[in-house]
Amino acid sequence: MTAGTERLRFRDPARGRALTEALAHHARRLGRAPVSVMHVCGSHEQAIARFGLRAAFPDALDVIMGPGCPVCVTDVPEVDEAVALALAGVRVATYGDMLRVPGTSRSLADVRADGARVDVVYGIAQAVELAAATDEPVVFFASGFETTAVATAAVLLAGPPANFAVLSAHKYIPPVMEIVAEMPGGKIEGFLAAGHAATITGWGVFEPFVARHRVPVVVAGFEPLDILAGLVRLVELIASGEPRVDNTFPRCVSRDGNRDAQAALWRVFEPTGGRWRGIAHVPNGNLRLRDEFARWDARRRFDIDCTPLWDHAPAALVQQCQCGDIMAGIASPHDCSLFGAECTPDTPVGACMVSAEGTCKIWHQYGGHPDLRQIRRKVS
Amino acid sequence: MCLGVPGRVVSIDGLVAIVDFWGVEKEVRLDVVDEPVAPGDYVLNHVGFAIRRIAAEDIAETLALYDELLGRADADDLMAADVRGEVDAGGRPR
Repeated sequence: MTAGTERLRFRDPARGRALTEALAHHARRLGRAPVSVMHVCGSHEQAIARFGLRAAFPDALDVIMGPGCPVCVTDVPEVDEAVALALAGVRVATYGDMLRVPGTSRSLADVRADGARVDVVYGIAQAVELAAATDEPVVFFASGFETTAVATAAVLLAGPPANFAVLSAHKYIPPVMEIVAEMPGGKIEGFLAAGHAATITGWGVFEPFVARHRVPVVVAGFEPLDILAGLVRLVELIASGEPRVDNTFPRCVSRDGNRDAQAALWRVFEPTGGRWRGIAHVPNGNLRLRDEFARWDARRRFDIDCTPLWDHAPAALVQQCQCGDIMAGIASPHDCSLFGAECTPDTPVGACMVSAEGTCKIWHQYGGHPDLRQIRRKVS
Repeated sequence: MCLGVPGRVVSIDGLVAIVDFWGVEKEVRLDVVDEPVAPGDYVLNHVGFAIRRIAAEDIAETLALYDELLGRADADDLMAADVRGEVDAGGRPR
């Protein structure tokens, strides 16, 4: 059962109309189609799909979700590490979205069904509470972008119990934007950056990216009018050939961001290269614990043996899963033959159908086809 | 998960605040909030941590989205579930 896409109505209809018209105006100025822009945030896609915002976009504009789902981009070997720890009898705590994400041959949900101890938590503090109530080791399998990694950093700086450890699958968004911008055959002409991640990093973090790649970046909020305002500015910058960073979410984002949070983040973590599931190796895209925090680093505390998991072949359907291309913005869920057929939220094949922030799950949940313009094209 | 959730600070004890989310009180950590907060202030929270103090003039606009999301009762609404999860990420008040 799906929630369905709502009929589009704005909180301030006059402003909604004005922004919709401005977006159409700038798209006309471009005088070509399609123009593709990318956002990198599951919450942006949720809002676009839930509120039926694509109905307000001009036909010439394609707004594509990129690698904005942290659970989805957690790589198979990272899931394998968590699964191996759980199989070895270590108690593993993680976010609910991570449970059914497939590793090479098994997910945390699979091994939990077989008796492994896997706890679902909403935040790292709850995992610390689990550790504080026992002497046995508790490993928090930590996913999330910089906004979430800041919480992990704060907990480690506060000195958690000795039996607590972190298995970091944290990832850092700016480096993957470089990868997407350089992708062969790439068509992305501008990026909509996520307001709350930029609350931490500040919008200034995107300036080197814009200088290198000559594509504009606009920071936007999550309310439908916020998203529309961000897109208006982004298409305006594309149309006028101005590659620069702009901030349409000043009530939450400044140029420098939250400096205390950045200090905590970089004191605990250092960037390292690593694979993002199905997309690419991303230099500096992964966050690992610095040496100073080694005693809470599950990778250094435990001898994690994943090899038993590699004796089994992945499910046959997994080989057809297009999550990687979808997250890289070069395919849409409708390009995948599994979408809505073999692959549904109840029987997910790939991570994008598992996580609430995955493109496939969002599209499926909000009516299966949030792009009303395509429906319009089909019936006209 | 990127959405975060706003709430009103009820009281503060060191780095821990009691924050009111639509009538539900939770403990939220203040370790990485961007500026000093006081009871009565609104903060934006993510996975149990306040990450930003919301200026008084921005509160109504910030809350509008969440009022809309939580006003609808669909159990399978991903955004509403995300907001509820963010509220649940706060600790139990002692």
